[in-house]
Amino acid sequence: MRSPELLRHAWAVASKDLLVELRSRTAIVSVATFVVLVLMVFNFGRDQTAVSNVDLAPSILWVTFTFAAILALNRAFQIELENQALDGLLLAPIDRGSIYLGKLIANLIFVATIEVIGLPLIALFFNVRVLVAPLVMVIALATVGFVAVGTLFSAMTVRTRFAELLLPVLLLPFMILPLRWAALATGLLLAGRPLSEVQGWLNMLAVYDVVFVVLAILLFPATVNE
Amino acid sequence: MTHLRVGRWITAVALLLLAGVYVRALAYTPVEASQGFAQKIFYLHVPAAIWAETAMIFVGLASIVYLFTKDPRLDRFAASSAEVGTVFCAIVLTTGPIWGKPIWGTWWSWDARLTFTLFLFLLYVGYLLLRSAVPDPGARARFAAVLGICGMCEVPFIHLSVYMFPTLHPMPIVLQPGRPKLPGSMLTTWLFSLGVFTLLYVGFVVQRYAVSYLREQLEVTEQ
Repeated sequence: MRSPELLRHAWAVASKDLLVELRSRTAIVSVATFVVLVLMVFNFGRDQTAVSNVDLAPSILWVTFTFAAILALNRAFQIELENQALDGLLLAPIDRGSIYLGKLIANLIFVATIEVIGLPLIALFFNVRVLVAPLVMVIALATVGFVAVGTLFSAMTVRTRFAELLLPVLLLPFMILPLRWAALATGLLLAGRPLSEVQGWLNMLAVYDVVFVVLAILLFPATVNE
Repeated sequence: MTHLRVGRWITAVALLLLAGVYVRALAYTPVEASQGFAQKIFYLHVPAAIWAETAMIFVGLASIVYLFTKDPRLDRFAASSAEVGTVFCAIVLTTGPIWGKPIWGTWWSWDARLTFTLFLFLLYVGYLLLRSAVPDPGARARFAAVLGICGMCEVPFIHLSVYMFPTLHPMPIVLQPGRPKLPGSMLTTWLFSLGVFTLLYVGFVVQRYAVSYLREQLEVTEQ
């Protein structure tokens, strides 16, 4: 299939999902509330005099985003289960890869929205300077990696028993590596280190993204073909 | 049924030879100068670690071929290899802290290789959980294959990370560029142990393969 077609179909799938979300807004409001609550838990679950904000901020940022993203990912294929919508989607004369890409784009926009809400809140609550351009790049690179794997896995887990529990169990081992790199890079950037010091972590994140996005596009048909 | 019997025989021989590894390691191999007696665990720890990781690579390779050929034997092999890999990971995760306590002074350190063996273990557990959560055999095999391939692709990243993190772990001394930095008699014991673990892997996998075949037959007759 020609690539403009693939992308056009992918965008059609993504815009469908985003439209559904835009009409109801249940998921985004729930996840945003969840983010605020997790940040509050962090605030009350630690001794504020013992650990400084700038030391803790990378962990807070990544733990919050991880859990919020998992909640969001669960929903990607959940909405297709109602009225066998997934069968309809699979019957459409489009490449399987474009269905995956569409879901990936929708999930990325969804998770990015959560991060856009979460980041200023972290800056506000924990009094750290987070809106620096390299940090946004770190967050974007890490997010692409784990959302790519998560979208693939959620296509499988929704059709198993205990879907909500199984997705984090399968996904977290794949999230830990990019999270670790991202958290290290975030720590350096929040401490005011220059971009050149985090270049290595950024490269690792980029390689991880490329490998797993390609892999997921190739493997996705196996998760939906009967 | 013959598979099961062959597997049992191989395992029996391997376990007997494992006793031989203990004897050779304890009585006929020199005590390491700086670590003393604790270093003996190396002869179990490292071969188990090698097979824990290799088993994941086999799971991935079998999964790739499975997705092309849909041959149920490959799925059965992948499942068996994953189960055996889980056991070997458990061996690494128990012998590691036992070795770490006298040498590092702590049972557990969030050291790169220990941590990543832990999450290789979790990968295996996730793989087995996924298999148990899908009732339909066809879907189970496909889902497991997808996860197996992803798991295999993650192993190189884990390896790369090992070299990038500050660590208490010794750097590889056998599998490294150039000659192994290990005295001859220790190397012989270690290679002997690696051979025994290879045999154990084969024995376990053959048995598990036979059991999953029997289980599938049972499922078919139940339906």
